[in-house]
Amino acid sequence: MVAVDLPESTRPAARRSPARGRRAAGRVLPLVPAFALIALFFLGPILWCVYASFTDVALTGATASTPHLVGLRNYRRMFSDPAFGQSLWLTVVFVLGSAVIGQNVGGMALALLMKSRHRIARAVVGAIVVGAWVMPELVAGFVWYAFLADDGTFNAILHAVGLHGKSWLYAMPLVSVIIANVWRGTAFSMLVYSAALSNVPEDLLEAAAVDGASSYRRLRHITLPLMRRAVMTNLMTITLQTLAVFTLIFVMTGGGPGTKTQTLPIYMYQSAFKFYQLGYGAALAIVLLAVGGVFSVVYLRMMREEV
Amino acid sequence: MRRRWALVMTVVTVAAGLSACGDSGSSDGKTIKVAYQKFGNFIGADELFKKIKPVFEQQNPGVKLKLIPIEADENSYYTKLGLMRRSKATAPDVAYEDTFFVNSDAQARFLMPLDDKLASWPDWNQFVSAAKAAGKAGDGHTYGVPMGTDTRGLWYNKKIFAKAGLPADWQPKSWNDLLTAARQIKAKVPGVIPLNVYAGKGVGEAASMQGFEMLLYGTGDKLYDDQTKKWVAPSRGMNDAMNFLKTVYSEKLGPTPQQALDPHWSDNVSGQELSQGKLAIDLDGSWLPQAWIPGGASAWPDWSKTLGTAPMPTQNGQAPGKVSLSGGWLLSVGANTKNPDAAWKLVQLAMNKENSLFFYIKGTQVSVRNDVTADPEYLKGNPTQKFWTSLVQYTQYRPAYSVYPQISNQLQAATEAVVTGQAAPEKAVADLAGQIKQLAGPDKVEGTS
Repeated sequence: MVAVDLPESTRPAARRSPARGRRAAGRVLPLVPAFALIALFFLGPILWCVYASFTDVALTGATASTPHLVGLRNYRRMFSDPAFGQSLWLTVVFVLGSAVIGQNVGGMALALLMKSRHRIARAVVGAIVVGAWVMPELVAGFVWYAFLADDGTFNAILHAVGLHGKSWLYAMPLVSVIIANVWRGTAFSMLVYSAALSNVPEDLLEAAAVDGASSYRRLRHITLPLMRRAVMTNLMTITLQTLAVFTLIFVMTGGGPGTKTQTLPIYMYQSAFKFYQLGYGAALAIVLLAVGGVFSVVYLRMMREEV
Repeated sequence: MRRRWALVMTVVTVAAGLSACGDSGSSDGKTIKVAYQKFGNFIGADELFKKIKPVFEQQNPGVKLKLIPIEADENSYYTKLGLMRRSKATAPDVAYEDTFFVNSDAQARFLMPLDDKLASWPDWNQFVSAAKAAGKAGDGHTYGVPMGTDTRGLWYNKKIFAKAGLPADWQPKSWNDLLTAARQIKAKVPGVIPLNVYAGKGVGEAASMQGFEMLLYGTGDKLYDDQTKKWVAPSRGMNDAMNFLKTVYSEKLGPTPQQALDPHWSDNVSGQELSQGKLAIDLDGSWLPQAWIPGGASAWPDWSKTLGTAPMPTQNGQAPGKVSLSGGWLLSVGANTKNPDAAWKLVQLAMNKENSLFFYIKGTQVSVRNDVTADPEYLKGNPTQKFWTSLVQYTQYRPAYSVYPQISNQLQAATEAVVTGQAAPEKAVADLAGQIKQLAGPDKVEGTS
């Protein structure tokens, strides 16, 4: 997770004194075990992963017990592998479609629509949307598989009103998983934007309304600029979450049919645990980490710019 | 006060962290750990080891047997077993091992050679030679005792055959006989899938082994040449096999591509299509009755009256006239076991005549022990068992190399391209040959066409 400093962070400058130093030590000490555990179970695997990505370590075969350092071979192989290029592209489409556009716009729309509605309407809509979000990813995957399968609920509904169904997961697999992920993740954006909207001063909007600004212009020139930090924070969070989505796709399509929904996490799983190429899988993990890093840097830069 | 609390919490957390670390790695030779798969319909290994645990512990005072049933599908089972073996502390002493991992696991030095032990084991003479060879790696050592095998051939529905005017004791002699029968069924019994041949990535290894390889090995060509130690691609046989698939799917003699590519298709075939009389001929395996026997996933008491069996013919009926491919599992001893004698005693006990018979029946396995094959108990309860066992003398094993799973994946993709009409058979084979060259290395591949 990347720390985001909030606008109201106006900490008083620390004064140096021995008493403060002791108190600081007293505060840091209880954190030591937590940091040790993070180092052991979080930093350790990442470092191992970096190391493994430069070796030919495998799960079986001669290199399982005696791996060799192979330099950049895994990375060279990756960039000459058409399956990798396709996976990267699918990952970008999946992230743009389901997070940056779907969840982000959907969450904003829901938050705006719910803003000045009746308390009961807000509670009902909020409960339904958040219900999809609290559902475990595995369950959400099954729900969508059952909904879109050949003899699933969606086709049954279509037949009931006299329309012809389709093999949705076969005919349009990427669209299916994108919709499922929007359905699942929109609640998070909605919660973030609802909170941010309540911080937009009401008198500012009223003043603009008195000056004759239309509701679109008020949204465009007052509400959105004031919410910019929340938008960027939200975008970064949902982008990183969506980059790592594995279970939902794995349950719904298994990365198929063919390789039509084989995003980077699925491709990585397949390389490391289905074809036993742990080294290559580790290299893919590093690239996935780098893709997430690039997105984070872009968002952080956009956040730093002044309005 | 607050500082004291902080101190207490620190101590508690550290202590909890340390105690969690101290628990691993208690392998002292007094405990024999056996790892095996337990998943869905397959509980035979679990029943076997539960049965022999008290016997083993009584015969070996002071040694405990620890059962590690791994609940995972086949592919995840290999992965989990491989991960367990990466550390000496978690590596099992005895494991249920797929024959086609023997070479790569021997190269990884996960397994202990058993040659001396087998030489002095009187029971070893009862095992058929094809199965003995299945546990032998490229280095000449034998790394496991076979726990039975499976064979592949044709299942057909006699009731549909009667409607189509085909004989109840149908025995096709060539691919043409097979296609002729399928066309006749399509013409006379509408609404029925005439012939199922697995294809595509959805069904996974079934598309490679029950589908493409059962065809390829009937053309005289093979996937791997044991003499030259090279993969064979492209070949005329590959083209012919792909053309057969194209004929089946483009003439609509088979399932629709959507059906065939559904990951659940192979379960549907045994669970619904065959038992509900919606499929006439199925190129499949000996284990199907596992689902139909009482207590199976889709019990079907009349299966043996409705279904007939026939060997898969070679392309033009060339010798030996029949094709079968086999998989099969071994009991192997881990290379790093602290107590090899006890581990070997466990293998002997688990694979003696009585326990082999028990496992064959529980796991719907085809016998690889002559004394069990001759036992009337073995054939009781499954009328097709005699037929499937008779195929053992014709059967062949897959190339047991660590690159095979990747090549198999490319085979599946190639068959998918052909049955969906995305690629012509010759184009699919040419692409496949390119992929195999990339995976195995260009010097390990030879083309014959």
